Amino acid sequence: MADTADPIVEIKRVSKVFQLQDQTIHALSDASLSIAKGEFVCLIGASGCGKSTLLRIMAGFEQPSSGEALMWGKPIAEPDPSRGMVFQDYALFPWLSVRDNIAFGPIARSLASSQVKETVDTFIELVGLAKFANAYPHQLSGGMKQRVAIARVLANDAELVLMDEPFGALDAMTRERLQDELLEIWQRTKLTVVFVTHSVEEAIFLANRVVVMTPGPGRIESDNALDLPRPRDVASPEFNAIRRVLGAKLHSHHQKKAA
Amino acid sequence: MTIADASLDTGAEPAAASAGRPRSLWRRAKPVVLALIVPLLLLAFWQVATTERWTLLIPTPYAVAEYMVDFAVGGIYDDAYSGTLLTHLLASMSRVYGGFALAALFALPIGIMVGRMPTARMLLDPFLQVMRPIPVTAWLPLSMILFGLGAKSAFALVCLGAFYPILLNTIFGVRSVDPKLFEAASMLGCRGNAQFYKVVLPAATPAIFTGLRLGLGLAWFVIVVGEMTGVPQGLGAVIMDGRTLSRTELVICGMIVIGVAGYLSDRVVVLIGNRLLRWSPNHHG
Repeated sequence: MADTADPIVEIKRVSKVFQLQDQTIHALSDASLSIAKGEFVCLIGASGCGKSTLLRIMAGFEQPSSGEALMWGKPIAEPDPSRGMVFQDYALFPWLSVRDNIAFGPIARSLASSQVKETVDTFIELVGLAKFANAYPHQLSGGMKQRVAIARVLANDAELVLMDEPFGALDAMTRERLQDELLEIWQRTKLTVVFVTHSVEEAIFLANRVVVMTPGPGRIESDNALDLPRPRDVASPEFNAIRRVLGAKLHSHHQKKAA
Repeated sequence: MTIADASLDTGAEPAAASAGRPRSLWRRAKPVVLALIVPLLLLAFWQVATTERWTLLIPTPYAVAEYMVDFAVGGIYDDAYSGTLLTHLLASMSRVYGGFALAALFALPIGIMVGRMPTARMLLDPFLQVMRPIPVTAWLPLSMILFGLGAKSAFALVCLGAFYPILLNTIFGVRSVDPKLFEAASMLGCRGNAQFYKVVLPAATPAIFTGLRLGLGLAWFVIVVGEMTGVPQGLGAVIMDGRTLSRTELVICGMIVIGVAGYLSDRVVVLIGNRLLRWSPNHHG
């Protein structure tokens, strides 16, 4: 009920310009977006459309060149445990075991050790890695590493989970399973998820809202609410109809250029 | 929600159980057998070369072996070097480990500063880059002038020899931390100086460890040069004395002891490293 009145994240006319030697790159141009608590938003677009830049601004890793990025109405100035990031290449700490990777955040926030243990146990169980608690990242498959990365963010009480093509490097079977698991976690925990992908299917399968972005300069092309019932069937005609519409929006910018 | 793709890479251990006993025995013995082939061939060549009198300047392996026993426990020749192996070995070891420890004491903090602080890098890096190509042997005369003839000079040279590998690998280690790990740490609530202890140091340990291992190896390398400066005890001194006295068997004994001591010292370091760096996939020596 509070979702329309009080968005968790607000992006107000944000632009981002990078200076690369003598080249100026407009990564993001005049983007506005408002995300309500509990939403699952997918950002899709070709490479160079600014979707990762927008995500990194929400995380606080980058500052907008102009415009404002707000969380609960306050400017996002730096990375914070309330906004957890899941990277495509996992970014686990290779010297820490699965357990210690998940405990990293709770320890950094100086929780009592009994509380740390309890939190870690909960989330290690949630992602089904209890048997591998003492394994090191290099001993795990890609899917398992990404589960650790998700658990690490959840164990840190993140309200907003930012995911940068998290399943991009995984094989198709593992990707589908992780998508299902992620949806289950999202539905159970009422998290807000912003998920970057370049796969239209993945976006339609996961999201309430699909934000289509186009490159050169990176900008938001359209914002599409999806009300397909869950669990979604990727083979259904409804799914395919949406896929066709979004696919066309995704490629509209090529056609404009060609014309 | 459970997982099924539970494939832990616990290292390749295929067919060990199914294969017969003789094969697994061979598998275990193979590295030892292969490692012994070259030394044994060399020893055979040495034996033939001396008994066939291709050279009269080198004693036979047997004569060296006999002298080694005398050098270690005495009772055969009973000369000035009989039963003194331990004394010389301990003297050299104290310089090797002392010089190495002092080198590490300087190289680690300097390496961390040069690697992480731009000002320190600009201040020290050019200087260190110019000093680095100067071989330790070139420092010998200067070291003798500064520290005199004796143990202090040997100590200083060992320290200098071990310094650069530790320094350079430390710089490399602290500089080449994956930037994603800093982002991961900061979004998990670990910021600023805490990242140094939680991210930089652990991420740099494999490189630092490689530097320490190379440094210790070089310390054993330099000890002979260092002990040429006229110290009474030490394996380098033994080798130099053997040369001036034309006692070739003494020279060879000193060389063998240094080789074995250096090797064992390296194995210990590797064992510690394997334990400490279990997490690192490419660090199993």
